[in-house]
Order: sequence, then structure tokens, then C-alpha cells
Amino acid sequence: MTGLSNMTERKNLWPWLLLTPLAVFLVVFFVVPLIDVAVMSFTEPRLTFANYERALTGTLYQKVFINTFLTAGFVTLCCLLVGYPLAYLMSVSSQRTAMLILLLVTMSFWTSFLVRTYAWMVLLGTNGPLVWLFQAVGITNPPQLLFTRFSSTLAMVHILAPYMIMNIYSVMRKIDPVLVRSAESLGARGGSLLRHVYLPLTAPGIANGCVLVFVICLGFYVTPVLLGSPREQMIAGLIGTQLDEFLAFGMGSALAMVLLVFTMVILTIYHRHFGLDKLWG
Amino acid sequence: MSYLDLKGINKSYGQFVALNDVNLSAAKGEFVTFLGPSGSGKTTTLMIIAGFEKATTGSVEIDGRPLQGLAPHERNIGIVFQNYGLFPHKTAAENVYFPLQMRSVKRAAGLKRAEEMLELVGLRDFGHRYPKELSGGQQQRVALARALVFEPSLLLLDEPLGALDKNLREQMQIEIKRIQRALGVTTIFVTHDQTEAMSMSDRIVVFEGGRINQVAAPLDLYHKPETRFVAGFIGESNLIEAVVTDPVARTASAAHLGEVEYAPTDKAKKGQGVTLMIRPEHMRLSRNPIEGRRNAQMKVETIVNYGDNALVIGKVGDLTMRVRVLGADVVIIKENQDCCISWTPDAVYLIAK
Ligand SMILES: Nc1ncnc2c1ncn2[C@@H]1O[C@H](COP(=O)(O)OP(=O)(O)O)[C@@H](O)[C@H]1O
Ligand SMILES: [Mg+2]
Repeated sequence: MTGLSNMTERKNLWPWLLLTPLAVFLVVFFVVPLIDVAVMSFTEPRLTFANYERALTGTLYQKVFINTFLTAGFVTLCCLLVGYPLAYLMSVSSQRTAMLILLLVTMSFWTSFLVRTYAWMVLLGTNGPLVWLFQAVGITNPPQLLFTRFSSTLAMVHILAPYMIMNIYSVMRKIDPVLVRSAESLGARGGSLLRHVYLPLTAPGIANGCVLVFVICLGFYVTPVLLGSPREQMIAGLIGTQLDEFLAFGMGSALAMVLLVFTMVILTIYHRHFGLDKLWG
Repeated sequence: MSYLDLKGINKSYGQFVALNDVNLSAAKGEFVTFLGPSGSGKTTTLMIIAGFEKATTGSVEIDGRPLQGLAPHERNIGIVFQNYGLFPHKTAAENVYFPLQMRSVKRAAGLKRAEEMLELVGLRDFGHRYPKELSGGQQQRVALARALVFEPSLLLLDEPLGALDKNLREQMQIEIKRIQRALGVTTIFVTHDQTEAMSMSDRIVVFEGGRINQVAAPLDLYHKPETRFVAGFIGESNLIEAVVTDPVARTASAAHLGEVEYAPTDKAKKGQGVTLMIRPEHMRLSRNPIEGRRNAQMKVETIVNYGDNALVIGKVGDLTMRVRVLGADVVIIKENQDCCISWTPDAVYLIAK
């Protein structure tokens, strides 16, 4: 009797044992540094709330936070506008075509972050093919493309669109085709079909995709720094500057903590409405 | 006066012929059932009428107007699918309001109309519920109300009762029939269940392998099947291979039974191979031959009891025969017993095909 219960107990321990390496890794490389950052934000250069006061009231910081949110919002919107039709195309295509589109869409996942970013620099640069194309059609004074809000937004949309597409596609694929047929037989077409039936049914996918893209975009660092305009900084870039150039570890940490809190708030609101577990499909 | 006309419809998927020369006319208000085994082309025909599939050749007309070139949303045809197709994000009343909404009926008036329709299908006070809060039978009723609320020119039902259990099924059969009569809507009902087809239809269209095998009223289909397939598909029957020996004396010779006299028909030719059908309830079981009837010796093999009646299955020579007896009579018979079966020539129906 006791032997049996011992055995089941041991069995129940197994999953936890398997998780240990990951848990140790997370504690050493994530939890501990995070606590360190939190502590620094209050203690560097000395024990005060001054870092937070500046982070929340300083005009520059406020401007950068607002810009970060606006950029993330705009990128999310672009991802949605690009991703929704593509996801729809995938859901109505044959299995093979859908997989092909998925492969093309996720191609950017298989190339390194930096390579992708530099590829954009080449494409959009002053001697790049796009400028050449402008000149070829007779626009002699092409607009500045690289190091603008345009170039960083474009690159971020490119990187983040797959998250949006996969979230929406996974919901679209599960929609019973009979629902669409019913709607058509009842008199719905085009716009009204989309508005009254298809959009509401795919809303969970849209919500998932948007939250995921928005939250990831809030913390984007490399892309805006390398491709964006220096005047349109995002918060991660600003934190980087604080640490690299001014060695202001306290200030940088405080900004990081504020960003973290904002992100947590968004995820909490989302969780209340939809459940975080749904975020990953 | 025909209202719905299917004219020479063919449908191929690549090499595969799904429908082969389907022709059919239905009168206004008629309840027509498509009956046939799975894969015989019933759904395909329905989808061509509804406009979701395109016929390879042939045309569909309603009230003399060809439907060719009209998209599904332009056809004004109500459909109930097997798994209902209710919108999960809308309440029952909103679901029923939907087709009116698509026809630009104002929300207040439309919802009122939807509630009236729900009342007609026996779902008063259920309008605020979402589909997942309704039972299978209730969802079925909502789907029916939704397909009828916009006064469609035609109602199509594709195996709508397939997912329900037996009692609910019978209840819904009566219910659908009642609503269909009340509204007088021309209806095509698809099923592979012959009792369902028999109990509900004005006329039954029997499908087999993409062709229409026979079109007839339920009782005609039962008593005067034109093909061996129909005779075997509808109800229990004894089908006996025979060769016509004398069309004037109306006799055919069959293995193990010898010369068998059949009911009057104009279809028999001398020397022709035919099928003779005798329904089990048209035969009698007795210990000894009965005078004035045609008798044969049968060895009883199995007795299937249904309570009020029983089916006695046995062998005449190598020929399997089925006889239906009343439940009370079954006590006199035992398995492996020899007994007598008998019939009159009236009960022997000749099928030429
Ligand atoms: N899209 C399709 N492609 C190829 N074959 C099909 C398609 N749709 C139906 N069929 C074939 O057509 C035949 C008739 O199908 P269906 O009308 O659904 O039969 P039923 O409704 O009588 O069960 C079946 O053999 C089916 O496999
Ligand atoms: Mg079918």
C-alpha cells in the first residue's frame, strides 16, 4: 500500500524534475538580473525615488514613451492590415499553397536579426535598388528612405507580421466552412459577410495577434536604433543610450522597470478578457 | 404546374461522375425527399440548387426562372445543414434576425419577426440564448426558423436530423412537417433513412450512384418499386430471381420455388429475366399448407422479435425467405423447425429491371 503511494508520488515528481534545468536557467539568467535591475533603479547613484520621478515627469522621457506607444500601435495596425488578408488567403488555399505562404511569411524567422536589418539598409540606402528604381521612373530627387520613421516601421512590420498572421490563421482555419455557406445562403455577401460573420469569428485571433505584436514591439531595440531616425527614439534605444553612453545605470533601470510595468498592465488586461493561455494558440 | 425544375443535370469531378442526367419537377408547396445511400449524389444536387456548386451541364429553374448565374446570396433559398451552422457569436434571436438584417430590415422590427418565428418552431422565450446554451434539437429549430424567416422560395434540408437520437428525431419529423404545411413552402429534404422518407414526404426521389432511380409517392414506392434497388432499399422484402415462362398465364420459374404466378403487369416478356418481390407481411406462416394459397416448405433459421411483431427468417431450399408474423403468433414457432409459408399471386410483384 505504502509502496504504491510512494510510486505514484515519485511519478508525480517527474515533470518537475524535467523542468529543473529550465528553472535553474531562468532563475540565474532572468530572475536574478531582473531583481538586480529593480534594486539598481532605486539605489543608483544613491537610495532615492529620483530616477522614477525623472522617468515619469521628464519631458524627453515622456516624449519617448509616447512615441514608443504610438509606434507600437502603428506597427500593430500595419501588421493587422497586411496579416489579415494573407491569413485569409492561406485559410482558403489548398494545404500545399498555405504551407508555401507560411514558409515565405516565416522566412524572416530563419534569417538572423542583424542580417535582416542590414538587408533593409542595403535595400533602402542611398545607392540601393529602391532609390535606383525611383530614378529610373524619373524621380530625380527621391525622398530619404533610410534612417526615417518609414524605414524602421517597415522593418518592424516585416519582422512582426508573422506573429499576427500565424495567430489569425490558426483561428481562421478552425472556422466551420458551413458557417460561411449558411451566411451566404441567408443573403450575406462581401462586406456584410466580413462584418457580421467573419470578423466576429476571427476576433480572438485578431486580439491575440495584436497584443503579441504590440508587446514585442514596445521593447524593440536593434531595428529602431539601426534603421530609425535618431530624432524618433523608442524607449529601448533610450535605455541603451543611458547605459552605454551616460553609464546612468539607475536611470536606465528605472526606465526599464516602467516599461515592464506598462507591459504587465497590458497583459493583465488582456488576460482578464481572453486568458493569457490563448496567446500561444 | 411545376414550380421547381431540374433539367438534365450532370456533374463531374474530373473523371468521376457525381450526377448523371438528373431530371425532376416539384409542385409549389410540395415536400420532396431525396433518399439514397451515402455518396449517391443527394448533397451535390442540393448544393447545385443552392448555387454552391456549378452543374457541369443542365439547369435549375424556380417558377420558370433559371437560376443560372445567380450567386447563393441572390437565390433566396433557405438551407438547414446537418450541423446547423448557427453563428456562435449571435443569440438565437439574432441568428434568426440575420437574414432579415441582410435584407435591410430594421433591428426592432426584425427581432420582433425573429421572435415570432422562434415561437412557431416552439422556442418561445429562448431568443436570448446563445447556440451553445441550446440542446441539439433546439439548435435544429433555430436553424429551421432562420432558414424560413425570410420567406424563401425554396427550403433545403440536408440530413437535418442525422445528429439527433431516435425519440427526438421522430418528434422533429412531425414538427418539421407541421411547420412546412403551415407555411406552404416547397421543400427538399435529404435523408438516407427510409422510414424518415416514408413518414414525411409527398414524394420520394430515390438516388443511386448519381442517378435518379425512381420518383414516386411513399406508398407507391413501397408497393410498386420499379427497380430491384428500390425494392431492396425500401422496407424488408423477398427478392426472387426468376424467368418469365408464360406472360398470359402470368407465370415465371424460380429456383427452389418452381413455377410462381405473379400479379397482373404489362412489363413481362416471355423468357425475360425478372425479379419477383414478395413483402414479408404479405406471407403467412403455418404448420400445414393452406388451401387456396401458394405454399412452400421452409426451415426456420432465425426469429427476430420486435415485440408487437416478429420477422421469421428461414430457407426454402437454398433460398432465404423472410416472413412477418404477429407477436402473439411467434410462440408456436421454434428455430430449426419445418413449417409452411404461403402467399397469393396478388402479393407477387414483378420487377422488370
Ligand atoms: N468536391 C468533390 N470532389 C470530388 N468528389 C466529390 C466532391 N464532392 C462530392 N464528391 C463525390 O460525389 C459523390 C456524391 O457525393 P454527395 O452528393 O455528397 O453524396 P450524398 O450526399 O448522397 O451522400 C460522392 O462519391 C463524393 O465522394
Ligand atoms: Mg450528403
